Amino acid sequence: MELAFVIEKVVLVTLIFVVTLVIAMYSTLAERKVAGFMQDRFGPDRAGPFGILQPLCDGGKFFFKEEIIPAGAHKSLFILGPTIAIITACIGSAVIPWGQSLTIGDRVIELQVTDVNIGVLYMFGVVALGVYGIMLGGWASNNKFSLMGAVRAASQSISYELAMGLALIALLMVTQTLSLKEIVEQQSGFVNWNIWVQPLGFLIFLVCAFAECNRVPFDLPECETELIGGYNLEYSSMKLGLYMFSEYINMFVSSALMATLYFGGYNFPFMYDLGLSQNWITIIGVIVFFAKIFAFIFFFMWIRWTLPRFRYDQLMNLGWKVLIPLAIANIVLTGVITIINDTFF
Amino acid sequence: MSVFYFVAFLSIFFALMTIFTKNPVHSVLYLVITFFTFTVHYILLNAQFLAVVNFIVYMGAIMVLFLFVLMLLNLNKDTEPLKSNLVKFMGVIAGMCLLVTLAASFRLLQISDPVVLKNPDIGLVSNLGKVLFSDFLLPFEISSILLLTAMVGAVLLAKNDPKKV
Amino acid sequence: MESELLSTPQDFVPILIQLIVAAGFGVGTIIITHLIGPKVRTENKLGAFESGVEVIGNARQPFSIKYFIVAILFVIFDIEVIFMYPWAVNFREFGLSGLIEMFVFMGLLLLGFIYIIKRKALEWD
Repeated sequence: MELAFVIEKVVLVTLIFVVTLVIAMYSTLAERKVAGFMQDRFGPDRAGPFGILQPLCDGGKFFFKEEIIPAGAHKSLFILGPTIAIITACIGSAVIPWGQSLTIGDRVIELQVTDVNIGVLYMFGVVALGVYGIMLGGWASNNKFSLMGAVRAASQSISYELAMGLALIALLMVTQTLSLKEIVEQQSGFVNWNIWVQPLGFLIFLVCAFAECNRVPFDLPECETELIGGYNLEYSSMKLGLYMFSEYINMFVSSALMATLYFGGYNFPFMYDLGLSQNWITIIGVIVFFAKIFAFIFFFMWIRWTLPRFRYDQLMNLGWKVLIPLAIANIVLTGVITIINDTFF
Repeated sequence: MSVFYFVAFLSIFFALMTIFTKNPVHSVLYLVITFFTFTVHYILLNAQFLAVVNFIVYMGAIMVLFLFVLMLLNLNKDTEPLKSNLVKFMGVIAGMCLLVTLAASFRLLQISDPVVLKNPDIGLVSNLGKVLFSDFLLPFEISSILLLTAMVGAVLLAKNDPKKV
Repeated sequence: MESELLSTPQDFVPILIQLIVAAGFGVGTIIITHLIGPKVRTENKLGAFESGVEVIGNARQPFSIKYFIVAILFVIFDIEVIFMYPWAVNFREFGLSGLIEMFVFMGLLLLGFIYIIKRKALEWD
């Protein structure tokens, strides 16, 4: 492995990392702006024009606040919790293809950190690890509300992980590959998008993505009315910031994943018919991909200010008794239809 | 090769930490790291499916279950049961017996010829699936019965009959 | 299999780089905020916050066994899901016989699932 390869990857990783952080920061502003829009008020508008400096102020404030570790808390695990949360949130984006390749000089740069053969399973595994950050933080706080929040969060996320995995299997039966790059390449144009063959699978995946990100209507781990904040109740300063950050990063990554798996990733209609050079196709593709991601993030926020929260038994029932049977039915349906298609047509 | 030795060293180190640490939650976390190093081993061997199974099932599912169990238990210091000297003594004897058995069996075992894989890509998911669903179909189907048994057993143990109470 | 589809351990090096960058960011921010934040400790501040009500005991107490059932069922179903991945990527190649094989596997596990629902192991009362 030559040095140039390592340098290229380091630059790419850092770039994606910075973009992820900036998007996560501005998602907080966007969320408040969307809330303001839906509730017919302005939202933050004091810091800079249209409140554009608000996330920077918030970030700075996080840094300069006193960090408190409660006397009864388990100190090392208390610090480890948010660290694990942010790490698991950040490594998910490694397999997402952001665009095709750029040619600079005689060097071809793939706009994807790495195209592993097991990309889909890698994402699934990273999602599975996300539980640790929440559970450790909630348990280490030594607070009954935190513990309740953590246990709820863990049960919720493992329940919805199953339905998510089953939804992915139906998708894999269509794509026949686990590499995200190949999945995107198969969806070129508009009619080849996986959403048209897997609408039910997408719906299940979408609901599970909401649950995995702990977003409304699945935000029971942190509902203020019952748990006064949930698993991150005892956290302050940047440790709280890391938890919130990881939540927004998760939202961004799962939006990117949904766009990749079901909405054609960086593909856009007529991309090869316009007579553009490869670099231009790539650049427009990246813009299109981010537009799709932003649409999903907006959808996340829209839902947040539209739907009320579930009750806990409703949440578990939805996960186990509705989504899992639906996902299995989806697999059976996909299997039978594909076999009939292959045999008779 | 040096990568292998480094990762192997890490595996053994964290496995030992799992045993020697006093706090059960720390112990679980060290075990998670140990499993992570196993995942790295599998990747080095190009056994991607095993790597990802280890990652998802062991790190993501079984260890989460362990953490749940730990949190279900009362972990306060004052409730820690004191182990009597007899138990410790029996533990030492049992451990020694295991050690002797292992040492004896290693002495008797012959070093097998290093196996050369015919197909270095056998560990990739799709190739593994082809083997699993042709040569090993029966064990695969039987494993579903095993899982079924586990499911029924778990429910039976953890859920008491509402009619009896 | 074509050589371009081959995946080697080298493909995972960038993931390692990303892991290091993410860990560096997480640890870095925690250290910085530890250094620059004010530190005024009082007893009240360090106590557990439970809405102003005096804290009784600590939080390390046993909780409902329901969560444990959910966790153990999750492990079992997770293994099932994992088994289905190698089948799903070869699904078209296997054709009808593969579909039937998987239906047998899934049928047995669905039996367990029905048992769980009938025993009301997942009811939250």
